[in-house]
Amino acid sequence: MIITTQKPLEEILNYLRPYRKIFIIGCGTCATECQTGGEKQVQEMKEKLEKEGFEVVGTGMIESPCDERLTRKFIRAQRKNGRALDDAEAVLVLACGAGVQVVAELLDKPVFPGLNTHFIGKVERIGRFYERCRACGECVLGETGGICPVTQCAKGLLNGPCGGMADGKCEVGGWTRPCAWVLIYERLKAMGRLDLFKKFRPPRDYSRKAGPGEVVWR
Amino acid sequence: MEVREVGGVFSTLMRKIKNGEFVITGEIEPEKTTNIGEILEAAAKLKGYVVAVNITDNPQGFAYMSGLLPSFLIQEVVGLEVIYQVTCRDRNRLAIFSDLLAAGSVGIRNILALTGDHVVLGDVPQGKPVFDLDAAQLVWMIRRMVDEGVDPAGNPIDNPPKFHVGVAANPNANPLEPEILKLERKVSVGAEFVQTQVVYDIEVAKRFLDDVSYLKVPIIIGICPLKSVKMAKWLDEKCPGISIPKDLMEELIRAKERGGKQAIWEVNIEYFGDFIRELRRTTRAAGVHVMAVGMEELIPPIIERAGLVKEAIDWRTYIVNKISKVILPQK
Repeated sequence: MIITTQKPLEEILNYLRPYRKIFIIGCGTCATECQTGGEKQVQEMKEKLEKEGFEVVGTGMIESPCDERLTRKFIRAQRKNGRALDDAEAVLVLACGAGVQVVAELLDKPVFPGLNTHFIGKVERIGRFYERCRACGECVLGETGGICPVTQCAKGLLNGPCGGMADGKCEVGGWTRPCAWVLIYERLKAMGRLDLFKKFRPPRDYSRKAGPGEVVWR
Repeated sequence: MEVREVGGVFSTLMRKIKNGEFVITGEIEPEKTTNIGEILEAAAKLKGYVVAVNITDNPQGFAYMSGLLPSFLIQEVVGLEVIYQVTCRDRNRLAIFSDLLAAGSVGIRNILALTGDHVVLGDVPQGKPVFDLDAAQLVWMIRRMVDEGVDPAGNPIDNPPKFHVGVAANPNANPLEPEILKLERKVSVGAEFVQTQVVYDIEVAKRFLDDVSYLKVPIIIGICPLKSVKMAKWLDEKCPGISIPKDLMEELIRAKERGGKQAIWEVNIEYFGDFIRELRRTTRAAGVHVMAVGMEELIPPIIERAGLVKEAIDWRTYIVNKISKVILPQK
């Protein structure tokens, strides 16, 4: 899940101030799950903008705005059914940064983000989201008992724990959160795989991460 | 476990360790200042009492003067060998590699490879933490520089540097087993000596030395004198993993009531002098690392109490002459 939160209304209003007619797009996947860009939040945003004097000419949900195919389909359908999207002077997208960018690439008009995108994480319940993946492209979970050191260690160390661990806790956050490497140790010990714990992991190759990521296999 | 053969002895520290001499190392902390003269004066106070002195690298994540230039000047001007501390917090592998080449070019021979405290613990918490490498990977990189003469990507170095590389360990760690396994990992990639975090309870030091004896790596136990009752209480209560033995705390409190600073210093001299004597007599510790930043005056009496002899040099005359020649007044 891509975890998002809504931007402060003031920031959104600042983006939209030069325009009057606004179209709002929500995301039916992650932002719906986070309750930041679902149908309900799109409706609430419409009301807030109208209260501020904007004319909301239309709203719509895309199942996954990050999927270019679905966003194209949405735009085509909108144009077939009316002129709302074309009439809009600006578009506000309640989706993650990827969703906002796909919409912006496909529309020839100003597109603004309504959300801040935080991380790939787990949903414990609504309002409790925890980062679990940095999308590093070199998953080591198979060697670390299913606990990601790149994400859960504050320093992203591959050869932890560091000297900042005390009583199993991490120095970052004032020794309140668990040390990822102690969790890894406990897990691997229970699995009888401390050999994996002791293994030296050489420095990562960041040359593979130079520039925006691309996965092209077909 | 495979024990690495390390070729050559490049430093006095390593020569003494290999000869089985009990070594004393000290610590100097360049701070948020350009007063290099004060740093050299602090180092001069340690000359003759310590084999080598650690030069810290933005300790606790505080933005201070780089340790490289003080390391060079302390060796050249003061004539005291240094252990140049390198953390992975503020520089990526290119920047660290560059600094290490510079260090090697001016005769720095001991490196302490550290991961480094997180940036958010320091006084410029807004900075981006780097951690391109961690301590084990830094050891690995340094060993490749020294043993194979290559940079981290494998490109050859013209006239590769000669370093001995040490690492840190924490005898107070809880749980202790991952700490020991981590140390094993660092030794397996080529760490040649260990300097530990501060230990106040000699039983903790003894247990740790036993637990890691299988690694066959020289262990230098860290100690840190207690300037005041306030400092002792702060360490005891606010520093996770450090506890001050009850007897020592009570003695410090009694000393404070009795005679203030002087009495507190006497407690320190007695406690740590005896601590070192006991370590030397009953354990296989390679030595003691005395972190007495700002308390350099305590080191001579502690070492004398421990029964170790100061090297016979007239360092005071030597240093005053040297400093006045090389370093211009800063103020």
